Amino acid sequence: MAAVIELDGLNVRFGQRDILKELRCSMSGRAIGLLGPNGAGKSTLINTLLGFYRPFAGTARVFAHDIRTGTREIRALTGYMPESDCFIASMTAVNFIRMMAELSGLPSGAALERAHEALFYVGLGEARYRRLGTYSLGMKQLAKLAQAIAHGPRLVVLDEPTNGLDPPARQRMIRLIREMRDTGEVSILISSHLLRDVEETCEEVLILKEGRQVHYANLEEERRANRRFLELETVGGDNGFADAVTALGCECALTSAHRIKMVLPESFAIRELYRIAGERNIQIRRMSYRRDSLEDIFLKAMESANGRP
Amino acid sequence: MAVHKRSYRAYAGALTPAWSRFTIITCYAFKNLFRSRVLTAYFVCCFFYPLGCAVALYLNHNLSLLTTLNIRQVFAVDSDFFLHFLAVQSAFAFILTAIVGPGLVSPDLANNALPLYLCRPFSRAEYVVGKMAILLWLLSLITWIPGLILFGIEASLSGGAWAWANIGLARGVFIGSAIEILVFSLLSLAISAWIKRKLAAGAALLGVFFFGSGLAQVINAVLETKNGYLIDLGNLLTTVEGSLFGHPPTAGISASSAWIALVAACVFCIALMERKVRAYEIVVG
Repeated sequence: MAAVIELDGLNVRFGQRDILKELRCSMSGRAIGLLGPNGAGKSTLINTLLGFYRPFAGTARVFAHDIRTGTREIRALTGYMPESDCFIASMTAVNFIRMMAELSGLPSGAALERAHEALFYVGLGEARYRRLGTYSLGMKQLAKLAQAIAHGPRLVVLDEPTNGLDPPARQRMIRLIREMRDTGEVSILISSHLLRDVEETCEEVLILKEGRQVHYANLEEERRANRRFLELETVGGDNGFADAVTALGCECALTSAHRIKMVLPESFAIRELYRIAGERNIQIRRMSYRRDSLEDIFLKAMESANGRP
Repeated sequence: MAVHKRSYRAYAGALTPAWSRFTIITCYAFKNLFRSRVLTAYFVCCFFYPLGCAVALYLNHNLSLLTTLNIRQVFAVDSDFFLHFLAVQSAFAFILTAIVGPGLVSPDLANNALPLYLCRPFSRAEYVVGKMAILLWLLSLITWIPGLILFGIEASLSGGAWAWANIGLARGVFIGSAIEILVFSLLSLAISAWIKRKLAAGAALLGVFFFGSGLAQVINAVLETKNGYLIDLGNLLTTVEGSLFGHPPTAGISASSAWIALVAACVFCIALMERKVRAYEIVVG
């Protein structure tokens, strides 16, 4: 799959302060999460990709367009939903989104049509002729999403999209993001400090801390890999169970008399475990896959970053 | 993303040419501006004096009327006529700038809307040009366009020989107005970019002209010099416009000094905007 975003030794400096340090990775998922505590550099990375900040060293590419030379092309392919309140309070939602779509290059008629569609899509259809200044916080977030997608970009950048939303509004936003992701017509970059949002929507995650890249993970691969780690709790003695399983290619470790942790080989069928247990008159009371949640991944990444000199 | 389907769909249609996109900002701003009845009424008033001048030019050549009144010619249509026309329309233009200018950039800054404009294939320069085009249009409609129409009326009444002999007047009206429009526009945009409150920005624009004039007088009196006039924008414009119509400088500074001071003022305004018209300000520290 072609890379959506490639970071190539990207370094951003404000004055004498390095804000982003040597970021290097290639992201190609349909939904990419940017995670990190406040001040980690998530928004700075987004603003650099959009050409608002100049890189001090290294570079980055969005859909193979270099951020140093192809800012205009990148912006033409991108829709951006900023973190802070950004709108013109005196304009109606439909006029505002139409203007933004026109600025992205859509002819006036098409822009008006897509402004209506985008507002219906995010659930603001009935309120589209109201002035943006009268919208609630949740509605403003949805209006920001509508302006980011109205011109049909190939990459939508969402900076803290669920900020300030109540649970139903948050659920709605997450559902919209997943729907867009699943159409396959758009890639999504989500910056958030809320692990749950990223876990529910993203396929890849880049974790930043103090401007450094501390972990990059493909969540799908991590989930697949986790299915190879198994923990068993048995009753009825060992009776050579571990040896028999090891003979089939598994790596086993006895953590206590009745608990076995094992790593299964790629082609191993779980029914083999039941067969061996049956032959040895052993009951399998509990069988669980290891499930590293994003929180585990994040905490591990933070710990490893703390250990860094 | 059709309304009935309610699903995301990318846009695959034709795009407008990139060079034309700054006009979108101008169009939306125009629609917004003329919602104000006060502004519309004032804008209409700005045409009264050019209309009066046009009537006067016609009467000036109305032989039967002049014969009835036993007058050979009411007034001469020369550089003084056009300089006076420019001075009157400049005053109208300045007030119009003070009404319209402060509301151009400051609302976008107050609403943090700049990231939304600039995250598109749309540069900061295009944004500024789009905003500036509003003033360029409005001020052109009340300065050089009626000025050249008056020149045309006089030329049609006096004949081609007059027009040819006085072509410098048309040039003076156009260049003088253009300089004025440029200075007013850049100044009001720069102030609008730095002062988020519309009313305060309007007051600041008036302050730059009137306080600048007062300060110039103080500098001249204290230092016993004439160089104080270099910070008096009104005086600089008068000197430059006078030079375009062949009038000697009256304020004690040469026309070339006034030109340089105006260019410096424009560069300063552009630098102020360059600093402020950004998606996000960079905090260095």
